[in-house]
Order: sequence, then structure tokens, then C-alpha cells
Amino acid sequence: MRRGIRGATATALVAGLALAATACGGGDSGDGGNSGGELSGTVTFWDTSNDAEKATYRKLAEGFQKQHPKVRVKYVNVPFGDANAKFKNAAGGNSGAPDVMRTEVAWVADFANLGYLAPLDGTPALDTTDDYLPQAVGSTKFKGKTYAAPQVIDTLGLFYNKKLLKDAGVEVPKTFEELSKAAKKIKAKTGATALYLRGDDPYWFLPYLYGEGGDMVNARDKVVEIDDGAGVKAFKTIKDLVDSKAAVTDATDGQENQLKALKDGDVAMAVDGPWDIEGARAGKAFKDKKNLGVAPVPGGSSAQGSPQGGWNLSVYAGSKNLQASYAFVKYMSSAKVQQETNEKLSLLPTRKSVYDVPAVKNNEMVKFFKPAVDGAVQRPWIAEGNSLFEPVKVQMNKVLTGAATPEQAAEATGNAYRKLLKDYK
Amino acid sequence: MVAPVVLVIGVIIGYPLVRGVFLSLTDANEANVERNIGVNHLPATYKFTGLDNYRAVLSDGVFWDRLGWTVLWTVGCVSLTFLTGLALANMLNRTLRGRTFYRLALILPWAIPAFISVFTWRMLYNEKNGILNKLLAGGGIDAVPWLNDPTWAKLSVIAVNVWLGVPFMLVALLGGLQSIPGELYEAAEMDGASAWQRFRHITVPGLRSVSSTVILLSTIWTFNMFPVIFLLTRGGPGDATEILVTYAYRLSFIDSPRNFSESAAWGVLILVLLSVVAVVYRRALRKQGEVW
Repeated sequence: MRRGIRGATATALVAGLALAATACGGGDSGDGGNSGGELSGTVTFWDTSNDAEKATYRKLAEGFQKQHPKVRVKYVNVPFGDANAKFKNAAGGNSGAPDVMRTEVAWVADFANLGYLAPLDGTPALDTTDDYLPQAVGSTKFKGKTYAAPQVIDTLGLFYNKKLLKDAGVEVPKTFEELSKAAKKIKAKTGATALYLRGDDPYWFLPYLYGEGGDMVNARDKVVEIDDGAGVKAFKTIKDLVDSKAAVTDATDGQENQLKALKDGDVAMAVDGPWDIEGARAGKAFKDKKNLGVAPVPGGSSAQGSPQGGWNLSVYAGSKNLQASYAFVKYMSSAKVQQETNEKLSLLPTRKSVYDVPAVKNNEMVKFFKPAVDGAVQRPWIAEGNSLFEPVKVQMNKVLTGAATPEQAAEATGNAYRKLLKDYK
Repeated sequence: MVAPVVLVIGVIIGYPLVRGVFLSLTDANEANVERNIGVNHLPATYKFTGLDNYRAVLSDGVFWDRLGWTVLWTVGCVSLTFLTGLALANMLNRTLRGRTFYRLALILPWAIPAFISVFTWRMLYNEKNGILNKLLAGGGIDAVPWLNDPTWAKLSVIAVNVWLGVPFMLVALLGGLQSIPGELYEAAEMDGASAWQRFRHITVPGLRSVSSTVILLSTIWTFNMFPVIFLLTRGGPGDATEILVTYAYRLSFIDSPRNFSESAAWGVLILVLLSVVAVVYRRALRKQGEVW
């Protein structure tokens, strides 16, 4: 940057040369395929799991090589925050895209809409679709075709520190109002703040919105809903929680800060998902693993709900090794791999049959999260689904810092949606 | 003999520029540009829309909001960087023990890749676990919401950019200082000129040509300083620290489908603004008798 013009020119030149080189380097012999009945070649897999999970995923992914010795799995961990943009850059530019990617549920429709994903219907990637939980299948479909295999399903829950709540003599709150009332007691008796509120990530806004009976958009009737009364109330709830000091928040680094605050016992509760179970249990507040409790996300004034999330496996349409990629997807979403993921990371399977395995059925986190997932709110699986978050993020930041009122925030979000979704009311 | 130069400039500057201007006159986005993905060929379906994008951008309050903050950010950063650099350069323009060490230390921020410094700063600024707040807590001062309050966030990004920019100013101005003949100072001292008078009447005019150049360069860089803002705050909290270029990035990389045409329009507007600034600045300098 400050190295200024010369540096920039050099970079541009290098980039230009690299582009030229890759352009010429096409037509790679990576046919791979199963010409001789046996799969071969390389499958590049972009995994988006977090630090606590990635070692397990790497091992699982590389386990594929045992079944197919001629296939090399190239495991790449791509941080969740960068993965969407990175994939789009690579897929749109025709260079460097992975063969298989662990794709967030809201990304599938988006990528499929842009032509980046290979349809999986009738391929070996989807063997027995009947086994998948119906809500997990929802996010893999786009315009009548299936573009991904569900791998993990999740939703948000309320993680709580049993000891702190007991010391304060309060019950696990069922609504945000109860939480707000319990906050003073918790602070007085234990010194901890009641809740860590993710102010940096719009996904965490959804329970507040659903709690007021609202939604971002109604995709069936093509109506923007966020700027009706429920949206305003939801923004008001987060503002009140922070203003009354029942909750602490951040506009940056919320993932790390929340987990640290929970692990250190600085907060008694946090809204979080199964992906942080392992991370939380590593903290000093949960040396006794039983101290971590999970309850449904508190409700709002009219309902209770948390968003359905999870991860799917999708295949890049430009993959040079489609057959091996399909087989890899089948393997990574197989009952065996899902069971192992559950045993090691407590993540929730997407296959009904895996829930019948005793070890899975008796997993304490599954016991909580499975009913929560069954009741979770499906998001609009539209191409713009992921883009709906950015305006919420900007506005929730603004509300929390006092730069906008809840009314202004809801209105601004609604306007942004109408700009994004041209045919919506 | 100039053919290679023309060619290189044409390829690395001309083509992208023309292409950018062209895109800004269309409704191209990620979903309607031409793509070849594996066996799929998706043809281009975007169309020419004339000045629609410009009309939309200029009639939207967002552009003017962002422009206001961008100007404030640029003026704040450049003036602080320049004054700090000038002060430090004057201090180092003497023989003192360990001068090489000081010079090296001051150039250090320049030697570290910007994104690494910015990430380090981000950790320092962390409201709950960052060192800055830990230090303040030691002094009994409440935690400062460095990146979580609009005003603090603005000050924080400016501080980091100044930190990154000072070494450049320092080196450039030190070079300028060393080219001023020492005899001038000796003569002035004999005439009984005070230190301030010497600075005012010898140093400042002697540095004019260097400083006018670095100020212009620094203005252009700061105006377009993407990494500091993007990596430190992503434009947040809310959109408090979003400058024109980070907003243009948001348009073309965060929403889906990526809006290439509107982002290109922002890019062209930024280019026009900077060209105007450069031309006006040059005129002003020429009026003062500066040949540049």
C-alpha cells in the first residue's frame, strides 16, 4: 500500500502474468473419473469448520483415501467468514475453485443461481435421500433441482453456566424479558453479566425477530416483512438488553469475544450453536463438563424461535473430477461420517438413521438440539438469502451504538431489501 | 522506442479503465455476465443503461454521507501524518547517538505488511480482551469502546492510518531536510534568527517541493485506503467508518449477485473526484511559483 505506485504496478504485472499462465494451463488432464471403474485424481475440499473442529474434519476427509487409494484428498480449511467471497472469486474466475465445498445452507441457492454448482440429482452423491431430515433437504433445493447434500444441521440455543445461575438463584430464562429481570440478581450475586449479545452478526438477530412473530421476508408471497412492527420491536429488545446492562455486546470479533466471555465465566449465558460446544467446554468455567447447560433460545413477546442453519456439501460445476467429487460428497455425508462427527464434535447429523444409534441418541447435546432443530424456523431459501443479512448487520450496529432508533433501523433494512429484491412488495 | 511503454500502459491501465467505465454504463452483475463453468456456458445478458447508475448513486444520500466522512478522514489523516512526520524528521536531522537505530525503528511500520499491522491493531483495540483497555483498567479508567462506538471507531481508524503513514512522510521529509544546505542555517544563526525563525524561513520553503508532492500522494492514498478500514472495522460499527472505496467494495462483493455496474460507477466517481483534487492542487501550487 504505502509502498505505493511501484508496488502496485508490480502486483498488477504479477497478477496479469498469473492470469495468463492459468489461462494457458487449462485443459489439464485431470479427467480423473472412473474410466477403469476405479476413482482416481485429486479432490480439493474446502472445509469451513472452526478451529475446534477442523482437525476432526481433516481426518474424516482424508479417510476417503482409504476407500479410494488412487484419489488424493486435498483438504483446505477456509475460515467461514471468507469462504463465500473466496469461492465466488474462484468460481467466477474459473481458477482455484475447489471440487467440493462445505457450503452454508443460505449459500446453496445463491451459488446455484449463478451457475456455480453441479446438480446432484441422479448422481452417486445422493444415494438415499429419504434418510435426510426434511428440513435439512429444504436448503439443498433450488428451482426444482438438488445442489447439495446436507451434512450438519444446527440452530441456536441458549448456552448457560449452571453454576452461575444457581449461585444467583435464578431459573433459566424462557423469554428475553425474564432474562432481563434475572440480570440484576446475576450481577449482584456473581459479578457476571447475564448475557453476551452478538451485536456483530446478523444471524443472531433472528431469534429476537422470530420472538416478535416477525421474519425478514415472506418468500412465498414476495413481501418484505422486517419493517413491520415485529422488526422494530426486535431492534428495541436488543437495544434495551444492552442499555440496561443485562447484556454486553461488540461490533467486531463477536465470535471470539463471546466464546471467551462464556469460557471465562464473565457472562452467565450466550446464544450459541452446536459448533461452539467443544470450544466452550475447553474453558475454565466448564472444567466440569456438566456445568454447561443448553436451553431453547429465549422467546420474545409473542413467540419463540431460532433460525435453522447448518452445512451442506456442494460440488463445483467446473470440477475436473466430478465422479470422484460425487463419491466424496456421498462419503462425507454418509451415516458413518455423520456419526463420527457427532461423537467427536457433538454436531447434529442430517440423517434420520444416525439418530437411532445409541451413542448419538444419548449424547446430551443431541438430546437438547434435536428437538430445537425440529422446531427451528426455516429461512427463505432464495438466491438472495445470504444478502439479506448485511443490511441487518449495519442496522443492528447502528441501533446498539445509538446511531439509529429501532424504527429507523427497521425502515432502512426494509428499504435495502426492496432494493435487493426488485419484485418484492 | 516508446512502444513497450505504450503497450504496458495500455494493458495494465487503459483496458481496465475503459472496461470499468463501460461497465458503469450497463446493468452488469454477477448473474448476467458471461461465464464458463465446466461444461456450462452462460452468455452475457446485461444491457446498456446509459447514465442510470450515476443518477442512482448521486441521488442517493449514501454517497454524500460517505463522501463527507471520506473527506474528513483524508484531511485528518494527511494533516496528522504530515505534521508528525515533519516533527520527527526534524528531530532526526541532527547527529545524535543511535540515530540509525531510531531511523530503523521509525521505518518498521513500513516494513510490516499492512494487513498484519492492522490485525495487530485490531487485537489491541479489542474492547474486552485488548491490551489498550487492560492498560487503561490498570490506571483505573473505564474500558473505551474503540471499535464499537462510531466516534471512537473513527478516531481509531485514523490513528492506525497515521501510524502506518508516518514512516513514509518521515523518510521523504528527512531526505528533503538533508538537501537544504547547512550554510543557510549557519548564516541565519549569525544574523540572530531564532530556532522558530530558522524553521519558518529556511526549513519550510526548502521542503516545499518535497512536501507538496508527498501531500498530494498521501491524499490520494488515504482517500482510497481500503485495507485499514476494511480490516479494522469492515466499515462498522454500522456504516460509521465506511469510506467511498469500502462502500464500493460492499456493493460489488458482499451483496449477491455482485453488483459490478454500480460498483464501477462508484469507482469512476472516485477517480473523477481525485483527478479534480489533483488538478486543483497543481494549479494552486503553480500560482505559488512551484513547478511540478
